[in-house]
Amino acid sequence: MSDPLLSVEGLSVDIPVAGGTLRAVRDISFQVKRGETLCVVGESGCGKSMTALALMDLLPRRAKRRAQSLRFGKNDLATLDAKQMNALRGDRMAMIFQEPMTALNPAYTIGNQLEEAYQRHRKAPADEARARAVHLLEKVGIANAGQRLGQYPHQLSGGLRQRVMIAMALMCGPDLLVADEPTTALDVTIQAQILLLLRQLQRELDMAMVLITHDLGVVARVADRVAVMYAGQIVETGTAAEIFSSPRHPYTRGLLACIPVPGKTKRGDELGSIPGIVPSLVGTLVGCSFRERCGFSAAICAADPPVHSAASHAWRCVLR
Amino acid sequence: MLVRGEIGPVNGALQPVSRHPVALALAFAQRYSCAMLTYAAKRLGLALLVALAVSVIAFTLLHVSSDVAAAIAGEAATAADIEFIRKAYGFDRPLIVQYFDWLGRTLTGDLGQSLYYKKDVADIVLSKLPVTLILGAISLAFAVLLSIPLGVLAAVYPNTWIDRLALFLAVIGQALPSFWFALVLIMLFSLTLRWLPVSGSDSWAHFVMPAIALGYYAAPAFMRLTRAGMMDVLSADFVRTARAKGLSPTSVVFKHALRNAIIPVMALAAVQLGFMLGGSIVIETVFALDGLGYLAWQSIRHNDFPVTQAIVLLLSVVYIGLTLLADLLNGWLDPRIRVQ
Amino acid sequence: MATVPLTEIGALDIALTPGPGALLRRRVFGHAGLMVGLAILAAMFFLAFAAPLLAPHDPYDQDLARRLIPPIWHERGTWIHPFGTDGLGRDYLSRLIYGSQISLLIGFAVMAISGVIGLLLGISAGYFGGKVDMAVTFLVTTRLSMPVVLVALAVVALLGGSLTVVILVLGLLKWDRFAVVIRGATMQVRALDYVAAAEAAGASNLRILFAEILPNIMNHLIVVATLEMASAILLEAALSFLGLGVQPPLPSWGLMIAEAKSYMFFSFWLIAIPGVALSLLVLAINLVGDGIRDVTAPENRA
Repeated sequence: MSDPLLSVEGLSVDIPVAGGTLRAVRDISFQVKRGETLCVVGESGCGKSMTALALMDLLPRRAKRRAQSLRFGKNDLATLDAKQMNALRGDRMAMIFQEPMTALNPAYTIGNQLEEAYQRHRKAPADEARARAVHLLEKVGIANAGQRLGQYPHQLSGGLRQRVMIAMALMCGPDLLVADEPTTALDVTIQAQILLLLRQLQRELDMAMVLITHDLGVVARVADRVAVMYAGQIVETGTAAEIFSSPRHPYTRGLLACIPVPGKTKRGDELGSIPGIVPSLVGTLVGCSFRERCGFSAAICAADPPVHSAASHAWRCVLR
Repeated sequence: MLVRGEIGPVNGALQPVSRHPVALALAFAQRYSCAMLTYAAKRLGLALLVALAVSVIAFTLLHVSSDVAAAIAGEAATAADIEFIRKAYGFDRPLIVQYFDWLGRTLTGDLGQSLYYKKDVADIVLSKLPVTLILGAISLAFAVLLSIPLGVLAAVYPNTWIDRLALFLAVIGQALPSFWFALVLIMLFSLTLRWLPVSGSDSWAHFVMPAIALGYYAAPAFMRLTRAGMMDVLSADFVRTARAKGLSPTSVVFKHALRNAIIPVMALAAVQLGFMLGGSIVIETVFALDGLGYLAWQSIRHNDFPVTQAIVLLLSVVYIGLTLLADLLNGWLDPRIRVQ
Repeated sequence: MATVPLTEIGALDIALTPGPGALLRRRVFGHAGLMVGLAILAAMFFLAFAAPLLAPHDPYDQDLARRLIPPIWHERGTWIHPFGTDGLGRDYLSRLIYGSQISLLIGFAVMAISGVIGLLLGISAGYFGGKVDMAVTFLVTTRLSMPVVLVALAVVALLGGSLTVVILVLGLLKWDRFAVVIRGATMQVRALDYVAAAEAAGASNLRILFAEILPNIMNHLIVVATLEMASAILLEAALSFLGLGVQPPLPSWGLMIAEAKSYMFFSFWLIAIPGVALSLLVLAINLVGDGIRDVTAPENRA
C-alpha cells in the first residue's frame, strides 16, 4: 500500500464569537490516498465545511487553524507560509464549492476564469491555456466548448456552471480535489450526473478526493472511505462497506435509519429521526457530545469516550 | 444530448438560423447588442424628457419670480419704459407661447444677449466652459486617486488603523465647508508658504488649490462606496474561488474584487462630476477662477438673467449627459446588463 | 486556572445574555462616534438656547475704536473679548454664540420642509409602484439634474436674501435624497409578509402606510434627516458666504467668514473661528447620523 497523499493529524479550528470560542473542528485526524475518495458526512454545523476550508487555508479571517501536521505529498501545509500555500492551491490541490451560481465571477468570461490559474501556475502562453480549457470543458461534458469560453456565467444554467467549476479545478491536474457539497444546490437529476462525472474523473486522473456532504445517498454512490463528523469531531471512520453494513457509533446508526431503503422501507413506514439538537460548541467541551441525543447514553458518557478500532474501522464510543 | 438540453435557448443562440449573411448579421446583433441598444435607447429617451422638464422649470422660475422687463429696463426706467420693453421683447404674450419661442431659439443655439456684457450669451458661456471642465476633471481625478486606494485598503484591512484613518478622513472631509477649506488652503499655500498663486486662471498652478478644495468634498463618498462595495465583494463566493485557484493576492483584490466593486463607483463618478460642476460656483468665486461658476456668480450679482438661465440649463444638460454616460458605462461594464 | 466564585459566574452569565433594550443601550453607549456627536450637538443646542445668557456682549454693538482685537491666545488678547472683535468692533464670541441659532434653525427648518416633501413622494412611489413610481422617479431625476447651489443662488437673488427665503428655497430644493432613500426602504418593507397580511386583513392603504410601513422605515428617515440637516447648514453658509443668503448684520457663520475675508492675512482667526464652529456642528450631526445607522443596523456599516 502506498503512503497516503494527505495525512491530517490533530486538526482544530477555533472561531472567536461573542462570549467565548466556538470550537468548530476539534482535533480530527484522517488520511486520503491517491485514487481514493473520502466522504466527510454530517449535519450542518458539524464542522465539515470548516475542515475543507482549513485544508485549503481558505478559512474566514477570524477563524484560527491549529494542527500537529497537515502532510500533503512532501509538504506540511501547517508550516507553509501564505506564498507557498498559494503556489499549491489551484495547482496541486483544488476545490469545488457548493453554490455554482455565485462561485464564478460575473464580470469575466468562462474562458478567462478557466485559463488564469493555468497561466499563473504553469507560466503557460495564452493559446496553450485556451487549448487546455477547451479540452477540459469537453471532458466535463460540455458541448461547443470553444464557444462557451466566450460566455459569461449568467448565461449558463446551474448544472453547466458546476461542470465549469469542476473543469476549472482540474486545469492544472491537481493531486487532491476537495469538493464541498458539490451537488447540494443542484436539481436531483443533475446531481446524479455531476456525481458520476466526479467519480469518473477522479478514477481517470488518479486523484485523491475529499467530498464533503450531508447526504448519505451521495456517500453511498462515490465513497471509498467515510468519516462521520458530529459536533466538530470525527465520531466514526471506515470503509464505505464497513460504515453502511456495520455502523458502530449510535450517531451513524441514527443517520442511516433516516434514509429510506428501496424495497425495505414500505410506503407509509415511519422514517427514523434523531431527537434533540446539536450541542453548542462554545467553551470547554467534555464527554461524548452525542450523549444528550443518544438512546444508549449512561453515566460513563460524561467522560471523554475511548476510540475503539477494528482493522480500518474506528469509532469514538464506549460501545464496542 | 443531455448537456445541450440543460442549457435551453440562450436568446435563441442554439436555434437554427438561416445561412444568409444578412440573417446571420441580424442574429448576431440580436444576440449580442439588442439588449444593450434597447437599454441605451430607453435611457436616451428618458434623458431628453428630463432635459425638457428642466428647461420648463428654468424658464418658469425666471418669468414667475421676477419682472424681467423691469430688470432689463434698469433702475432709472419709468413705467412707460418698462411697458415699452415688455411689448418689444414680447413679454406680454402668454407664458406658454413665450416658452416655445424661447425653446426654439435655444435649440438653434440662440441664447439671447447678455444684459450686462451686451454680447451673445452663447459666446460668453462657451468661452468660460473649458476652464470649468478642466477644473472638474482635475478635481474628479484628485478625489478618485485619493479615495479608491484608501477605500480598497480599508476593505482589505477592516478594523485596523488604516481603516480607522480612512473613516476619520471621510468624516472630517464631509464636515469642512468647501469655501472655508479653500480659504485655509490660500492662507497656507499662498500667503504663508507662497507656493501657489492666490487667484486667477492663467497657469496649471492656478488650478491646484481649486481642484483640491472641490475634489476633497467628493472623496468621502467615493471612499465609503469603494469600501462598502469591496467588503461585499471580498466576502463573495467568487473571490473565494479565485483564492482557491491560488491567484496572487493582487489579482484577487484588483482583478476579481475591485472589477465588481468599481461599477457603482464609476456611476457615482459621473454623478459627482455633475455635482462638482454645479459646486464650482463657490470654489471659482473664492479663487476668482475665470470659469462658468465665476461667470454664474457675476451674472447673478448683475441681474444678468439670460446668462444665469443659460448656465443653469447648460449645467443641467451636462449633468443629464453624464448620468446617461454613467448608465451606459454601467451597462457596458456589467455583462449581466450587456448580454441578456 | 484560578477558581471563580459562583456568584461571579452567575453575573457573567447575565452579562452575556442581554435583553434587546440592554443590547441597544450598550450599542449606543459603546459607539464612540455617536456619543461624541451627541455631546457636541448638545453643547451647540445649549449655546443656541442660552445665547442671551452666555454672550458677553450684544452681537450687533459696533465700536470702531475697538476693531480687530485679537483673541485671548494672542499676546495682545483680552478677557473682555475672548475671541477678539471683528472689523466693525463687534464682540466675536457673542456673534459666534448667536450664529449657532441661525445654523440650527436653518438645519431643522430645511430638514422639516424637505423631509415632508421627500417622505410623501418616496413612500407613495415605493408603496404604489407602477405609474406613481415612474412619476416620482422622473421628478427626482429632474430635480437632481439641476445644480442646487446655482439655482438656490439665482432664486434667492431674485426674491431677495433673508432667513425665510433661504429656508424656503433650500427646503423646496433638497428633498431628493429623502425621496430616493424612502422609496427604496418602502419597497423593501412592502415586500415583507406582514404587509401582505395587513392587506389580506383588509386594512386601508393609509393605515398600512402609517401603521405598518412608516415605523419600519423610521431609522432610514432619521439617518437621511441628519445628512440633509448637515448639508443644509453647509449650503446656507455657502450662500451667505457668497453674499446671497442671510443678510448682514445677522451673525450667520458663513457671512462672518465672508466679512473676515478682507482681514485674512493679518487676522486669520476671524476666518478660523467660525469655520471651526461650522465644521464642528456639521461633524457632530454627521457622527450622530452615522451612529444611528450603525446602532440600528450594525451589519450595514459602510
